Amino acid sequence: MTALELDGVSRDFTTPDGRGYRALDDVSLSIPAGSFVAIVGPSGCGKSTLLNIVAGLLTPSTGRVRVDGEELAGLNRRATYMFQQDALLPWKTVRENVALGLTLGGVAKPDAQTRADAWLARVGLAAFASHYPSQLSGGMRKRVVMAQNWILDRSILLMDEPFSALDVHTRQQMESELLALWEEKTLNKTIVFVTHDLEEAIALADEVVVLSAGPAAHIVARHTVTLDRPRDLMELRTAPAFVDLYRAIWAVLRQEVVKSQQPVELRRG
Amino acid sequence: MADAPVVIRKEGALGPAVLFWRVAFGAMVLTLWQTLVSLKVLDAFFVSRPSDIALRIAQWVSTGSLWGHLAITLEESLLGLVVGAVLGISAGFSLGRSPMLASIFDPYIKMLNAVPRVVLAPLFLLWFGLGIWSKVALAVTLVFFVMFFSTYQGVRDADRVLIDNVRMLGATERQLVRHVLIPSALTWIFSSLQTSLGFAMVGAVVGEYLGSTRGLGYVISQAEGTFDTTGVFAGMTVLAIVVVMVSAGVTRLERWLLRWKK
Repeated sequence: MTALELDGVSRDFTTPDGRGYRALDDVSLSIPAGSFVAIVGPSGCGKSTLLNIVAGLLTPSTGRVRVDGEELAGLNRRATYMFQQDALLPWKTVRENVALGLTLGGVAKPDAQTRADAWLARVGLAAFASHYPSQLSGGMRKRVVMAQNWILDRSILLMDEPFSALDVHTRQQMESELLALWEEKTLNKTIVFVTHDLEEAIALADEVVVLSAGPAAHIVARHTVTLDRPRDLMELRTAPAFVDLYRAIWAVLRQEVVKSQQPVELRRG
Repeated sequence: MADAPVVIRKEGALGPAVLFWRVAFGAMVLTLWQTLVSLKVLDAFFVSRPSDIALRIAQWVSTGSLWGHLAITLEESLLGLVVGAVLGISAGFSLGRSPMLASIFDPYIKMLNAVPRVVLAPLFLLWFGLGIWSKVALAVTLVFFVMFFSTYQGVRDADRVLIDNVRMLGATERQLVRHVLIPSALTWIFSSLQTSLGFAMVGAVVGEYLGSTRGLGYVISQAEGTFDTTGVFAGMTVLAIVVVMVSAGVTRLERWLLRWKK
């Protein structure tokens, strides 16, 4: 069963001085339901553009996106999106933020709040339900966002460098918590995880997709990650299988990173 | 996890030192004024004196003649504030959400905003008569632009990521306005509410001053017509006290509505 299918997706933008700019070029990708796919690539290569297209926040200039076999029109109602930046509403309490997706969808407030409290307990923030986001640390806010996303029980989770702003230890803890949630197979979620950190990509995903440097980013490699699950993120990074995989993918990614650091006019012969 | 719960910073009461010097400053100015007039350095005919002004206000209060005028001025200000705010906020939202509309109306709004309001007063007297509505209209022209610009700014400035996130969570356009755009614009709207309130009073009083039969502006203009400087200062004092009191109320309301801020 295919959860997401991209078929020849390209996206053009117009720069402020009126010239055309192709961010993505002919990206085709199919993602099986229940899998965890990481997309890596140099900064500014169009990873976020790709995710925004899958979310339905952007429309592709050419090509098509299919979600569970149906062509995507408008916003992707089977997906939630965890943004790189803070996206909690600062004027709502933690509980109201977690319940937001439910109340917007017409669930009665008491019911929504009970369910929100259950999720807050699950991410270890039961004591903070009445706090405002500004009163929490960065790691706690990310947990609230996770609860806000998972409570809707949508089948696809899009994540755009969600932990990049966190310190190393908090980040590893969040990654472990994310894996623990996802590995509960009863939930059967498909995750598309964008990152520029190859280690994070390999540690989390079933498959790592490498995008080329922009402009006109395209897929340059796809690697299946065969590491056993459940994974212990504390130990994983020194395991030989992990290191081999890292070397193999880095060999490809490295070239793209180098290219992305050159002036644009030199990149395409 | 090393996260400690963050304690909400309470807006503490003013320190006793601040309070003391605040009162002391006021007392000093009043004493100086009173003394200079008593020593005939200043002429009481031109600047009156604090004791006379206080006496006059006490008279107005004890005879009850003040309340009718005050009520009229407050009524006009409040109506001006409400009508101006409703129009300004709606216009701000419409133009903030539609770049097309904003481009079309931009020069007109700038032109209208450049018109000195005092010159409109005679027109409004002609159109709406001597009653309260000509004063309300004048207050509205002042309040509208303050509210309009701050709402427009607030809506335009709403965080793109918040909007996208709420849309992904399933918000309709109306829910988006209610849960993101209005709260986001509220910060701007409230920061301009104090200014708007002052402007509403100015509009009402100037309107009364230029032509009316009731209100604080009328009281001041009557006093001025008879060279009664004490009356003019007493009217100004009452006006100032009322503005300070109402604005303290607004501050409390603002603090409650924006309690989510750090």
